[in-house]
Amino acid sequence: MIAKYALRFVSLGYLAVLLVAPIGFVFWQTFEHGVGPAWDTVATPDALHALKVTLILTAIAVPANTIFGVLCALAIVRHRYPGAGIVNAVVDLPLALSPVVVGLALLVLYGRGGWLGGHGIVFALPGMVLATIFVSLPFVVREVVPVLREIGTEQEQVAATLGASAFQTFRRVTWPAIRWATLYGVVLTTARALGEFGAVSVVSGRLAGQTESLTLYVQDRYQSFDNTGAYAAAVLLALLALATLLLMTRLKPNEGVQ
Amino acid sequence: MIAARGIVKRFGDFTALDGVSVDVPTGSLTALLGPSGSGKSTLLRVIAGLEQPDEGKVSLDGEDATRLPPQSRGVGFVFQHYAAFKHMTVWDNVAFGLTIRRRPSREIKQRVTELLELVQLVGLAKRYPAQLSGGQRQRMGLARALAVDPKVLLLDEPFGALDARVRKELRVWLRRLHDETHTTTVIVTHDQEEAMDVADRVVVMNAGRIEQAAPPRELYDHPANEFVMSFVGPVNRLGDTFIRPHDVELLLEPNGSTQEAMVQRLVHLGFEVRVELVRDDGETLSAQLTREQVEALELQGGQIVYVRPTRQTVFSD
Amino acid sequence: MAANADILPAAPGARRSLAPGLSIGISSLYLSAIVLLPLAALGWKAHGWGAISTPQATAALKLTLELSLVVALVNAVAGTAIAWTLVRDRFVGQGFVNALVDLPFALPTIVAGLTLLALYGPKSPVGINAAFTRWGLLLALLFVTLPFVVRTVQPVLFELDREMEDAAASLGASRFTTFLRIVLPSILPAVLSGVALAFARAVGEFGAVVLISGNLPFKTEVVAVYVFGRLESGDSGGAAAASVVILSISFGVLLAIGALRRWVTRHDR
Repeated sequence: MIAKYALRFVSLGYLAVLLVAPIGFVFWQTFEHGVGPAWDTVATPDALHALKVTLILTAIAVPANTIFGVLCALAIVRHRYPGAGIVNAVVDLPLALSPVVVGLALLVLYGRGGWLGGHGIVFALPGMVLATIFVSLPFVVREVVPVLREIGTEQEQVAATLGASAFQTFRRVTWPAIRWATLYGVVLTTARALGEFGAVSVVSGRLAGQTESLTLYVQDRYQSFDNTGAYAAAVLLALLALATLLLMTRLKPNEGVQ
Repeated sequence: MIAARGIVKRFGDFTALDGVSVDVPTGSLTALLGPSGSGKSTLLRVIAGLEQPDEGKVSLDGEDATRLPPQSRGVGFVFQHYAAFKHMTVWDNVAFGLTIRRRPSREIKQRVTELLELVQLVGLAKRYPAQLSGGQRQRMGLARALAVDPKVLLLDEPFGALDARVRKELRVWLRRLHDETHTTTVIVTHDQEEAMDVADRVVVMNAGRIEQAAPPRELYDHPANEFVMSFVGPVNRLGDTFIRPHDVELLLEPNGSTQEAMVQRLVHLGFEVRVELVRDDGETLSAQLTREQVEALELQGGQIVYVRPTRQTVFSD
Repeated sequence: MAANADILPAAPGARRSLAPGLSIGISSLYLSAIVLLPLAALGWKAHGWGAISTPQATAALKLTLELSLVVALVNAVAGTAIAWTLVRDRFVGQGFVNALVDLPFALPTIVAGLTLLALYGPKSPVGINAAFTRWGLLLALLFVTLPFVVRTVQPVLFELDREMEDAAASLGASRFTTFLRIVLPSILPAVLSGVALAFARAVGEFGAVVLISGNLPFKTEVVAVYVFGRLESGDSGGAAAASVVILSISFGVLLAIGALRRWVTRHDR
């Protein structure tokens, strides 16, 4: 009995000290004087531009990775071909790679003297888009693959014997089975795209008002000793994160909690 | 008629079908019977177009269908584990093939209603597969396959995942359904009782080859070889001789060709009694007697009896 | 047939699920362009190996590996404890706590660093200043790696057959013995794979540590920050060389997890 409460106390205490207290404190500091002043600090042209950049990055990376994710999951699960194992392994790479390494890799490829250098990709929006796509690439694949494995091929085979074409089978049988997993993957991709810092930081060149995303803006404000501005922008990002978290909790198959 | 000629199918270095030829007459109900790994499911999937044979030809009603995709073969396929479309209601599952073909909604409605009546699922049309029992799901699977008026109905161990009582019910029901619709049907099963019970013709398969294809009675009475003999029913083997337990007569006195044996155990199976015997050379055999016969002989464990086969089979090879 | 399941090719009905060329072609092309090509360029660019044998570089690498190891160990214990609390305990607000565990995945890393700095930094209202110290680094790394072990152990613990534990108890095992002999062996692969992921993440982490560490060479400079520093001083060859080192560690961890998975499922086939 004591062991149970001790364990509960330690687990929850760890979460409180590490997660809840710091985040709660930043929220409290930001909204200490109400929502109005907090909004005013975020509503500067540079901050709004940074928000716009972040939204653009996300709006490109998420659809691209969603379409790729579903196709790639189908390629991994439903087809046998030489190199399938490699595809499967490479998909996981961005999860394990340091964002700085990702950024640097893009920089040496597209930067001055690189193989594909000199097309205005790095230190500009296209490079940031590539970085965002890179780091948020695995999520849809990883969510869809196990579902595809689990549903098996029999439903698709039945559809085929009933006369459904490949596209009809996908639309009416496969897609309904994987759509929630896909959506969950989309939420994870979005969270990653919104919050990417390291990779974008390396390729952006950090031109305030031009190639500064919201995460870069947070660092920039903090290092210019504008704590209020940094906190406000951070809280904005945190709110976006909380919204994704809510969606995640909603969409996730409820396993592991009794 | 379905005709398969010289079908060979390999998976890696495993040969699932080793030159199989079989005919399924139009309007018949044929069973593919065999142990697991005998190739019976693979043969069914080759007929459906779900597998491509490495060699050989499949023709449906005289047309070569070997390279036809499953979509255009006009077959209905029913899987052991139902393969229900989990995100669709029973109604939508059954209507699937018709919806794909863009049939007018009135026709779909009429046809689906008919089929749901046929499989006795009318009240459950709005349910999802997860809310059905196994037997109900499989009846839905059958209705779904029948909806598009298939030339051929292919059933892959359709009752394999169901419990014994439901299996028997569905078996009777399937036979009745076939007698009404006369759809050419092939059913794969490893259960000899099921095959003999439901089919007009039974094709016994083993290790990728066909051992014998015949009506159930002929199969039982005139098995082509040892494998068929022992697969389609219980059998005693004494040297080269095979004897069915119900062809063993027990006498209390020796009589010419009889052999001595001791009663080990009596197993009461209701009307019948299985008598397990051991001969003095240590070989065991069993005899199937009626209760009355056992009572008349006053059999009990440890008793010495004399065995006489009333009918026995010896295979030349 | 079941015995041959692993050599059965995908069924043709499935092969037609989408034109195979389409999904295989597009995904391979996309992966090559987005992931492989830049990494290849990075490997090609990695000269200036001298840059990784400088005292500053080796110090950063050593610090990173040590910290990551500590992070892995703490996570092994804390992550398992949290997973246990979520699966086996029952209390008000459990759903909320469960959702909370995902927060570090959802929260941008720079925000994570900033929030830690706000509470445990120079202006700390609780009087703890971990800024520019290794404690601060540890805190930041623990923050971002929190979900890994919890999320790998939780489902395994959930699926674990409780009857095994009842059986052990009926045979006279104490609760501690039961945990050690019955539960732990079953969840160990999950713990290890979560720990490996946390380790890999800690090795490469940048956003969460960049503000709190102060990036003091020889003291609080981790290798990702070192790479960034090399880059800013125009030494992209050296940065690439150090990156290749991080890359190799990541690869190693991925391979280890893959091997672990195969080892764990060896009884399932």
